[in-house]
Amino acid sequence: MSIYWSVLTVLLLLGITAPTALAFGFAGASAARSRVAPLSWLGRSYIAVVRGVPDIAFFLFFVIALDQMIEWTRHKIKCPDWDEPIRQGNDFVVCQAAKMPLGDAPQWVHESYGFAIAVFTFAIVFGAFAANVLFGAMRAVPKAQLETAESYGMSPRQTFWRILVPQMWVFALPGLSNLWMVLIKATPLLFLLGIEDIVYWARELGGTKTARFTDYPHGDWRMWYFLALLVFYLMFTKVSEVVLGRIMARLTRGQATSAGEAQRKAT
Amino acid sequence: MTCYETVMAYGLRAVGIGERLLPREDFTLCQQFTLIGSGMIWNVYFGILALMAGFVFATLLALGKNASNIWLRKPSEWFIFLFRGSPLFIQFFFGYFLFLQLKTVFPIFAPFTAAWLGALVVLFFNTSAYSAEIFYGALQSIPKGDTEAADAYGLSGWTRFKRVIWPTMLRLAWPAYTNEAIFLFHATTLVFFTGFPAWQQRGDALYYASYFADKTFNPFIPYPILAMYFIILTLIVISVFGTINRRLNRHLPDNARPKLRWRPTLIR
Repeated sequence: MSIYWSVLTVLLLLGITAPTALAFGFAGASAARSRVAPLSWLGRSYIAVVRGVPDIAFFLFFVIALDQMIEWTRHKIKCPDWDEPIRQGNDFVVCQAAKMPLGDAPQWVHESYGFAIAVFTFAIVFGAFAANVLFGAMRAVPKAQLETAESYGMSPRQTFWRILVPQMWVFALPGLSNLWMVLIKATPLLFLLGIEDIVYWARELGGTKTARFTDYPHGDWRMWYFLALLVFYLMFTKVSEVVLGRIMARLTRGQATSAGEAQRKAT
Repeated sequence: MTCYETVMAYGLRAVGIGERLLPREDFTLCQQFTLIGSGMIWNVYFGILALMAGFVFATLLALGKNASNIWLRKPSEWFIFLFRGSPLFIQFFFGYFLFLQLKTVFPIFAPFTAAWLGALVVLFFNTSAYSAEIFYGALQSIPKGDTEAADAYGLSGWTRFKRVIWPTMLRLAWPAYTNEAIFLFHATTLVFFTGFPAWQQRGDALYYASYFADKTFNPFIPYPILAMYFIILTLIVISVFGTINRRLNRHLPDNARPKLRWRPTLIR
């Protein structure tokens, strides 16, 4: 039964991460474009730092780092009169009240806390990549469009929201769809973050079962479970490809690009 | 233990030479640097071998995908789609369990269940598929004038391919191929986190880094060390590929030469 839930977990992760990462990316890209220097530096360094660090290491690192950061902050707030050092040699010790989640919390809280951290990590990493794509897309919007808006007396804010943002998507979509494909293919890494996802269950359920412990004894079926996962991901990418192709066709309509031109001629 | 002794004991630990027991307590910075560095041996091993073998196979696959013969084209297309469409992580798992099953039937597959060969095969197929797509794209964008010039000189068949098509394909594909190479090195870190067991704790750099992070509860030391090693490796790869790139483009005027730019991709 749990394997069905774990498929939902993966879909849920995609469903939550994609918009969150897009929001992160949008914020990062607009910050990098900003005319206020510190904000621009912040946006640019966010993009540069996250994209520069090797991928999986970042996932492994960030989950522990984030967890410790939260616990450390809570520790500082909740137990101000704690006098022992937090790092005692090999241990990371915080007071009981600062444990996250609390030691006596029910199981589902622990699980969803782990899940939330995983989602956040994914969002940060993919947000940086999305930011890079959107940043490029914003620069690809023809300059004349922005200048026209300015000459009509629009403020920079109006230009940004009414001219730049609606037009940038067609330039961003190839990059974003690429990112979506990569995001789909990154979901099995959830397993590394200690979430009981489909990889975990494929290993558990596929392993050799003897008649003593289960009603359905079978040999080592893990190969077939992973074959099923492989097919699942292949189908998922194929469907995404088709859907994204349609969206692209819809967005190209009436745009001043060569694909838009071709569409105009075809009709 | 002085740092020199540590290097002597653990420098080649990843391939099984030196001290057998990993350090268990009182981890020093030197130990972390040495062990993670010794794990890099595996990353470099997987990366270089998969890259070299994959280069040849990818060229064949790209030619196959570009062929007009349907019996050549369809299998290549399917191979590329299969390995580019699914996560490498799942491919590793599937490969490992596939080899386990095969081992029970044909004992000849026994070495494939070990990381040094099994993971290498998976990485080889994977990088072949990705590189083949890059090469295929390059084949498609060979300037028409080049092939017409080859025809005009009376070149045909193998000579035409060797003298004109192949160098031009490589030249066009090289910047993207450099990224693929860098990326492959990053992907090697996945090996010991999938089914493949790290026999006698001989693992790669990330394996040791996460060992230290688990033992010390302090991710802020081993992972930055790992990142440092990978940045150095990336710089080496870029410089080697940059040299080749200069050689491939040596006939072009300076301003027409494509520059190598590292655009990092992410998990595959």
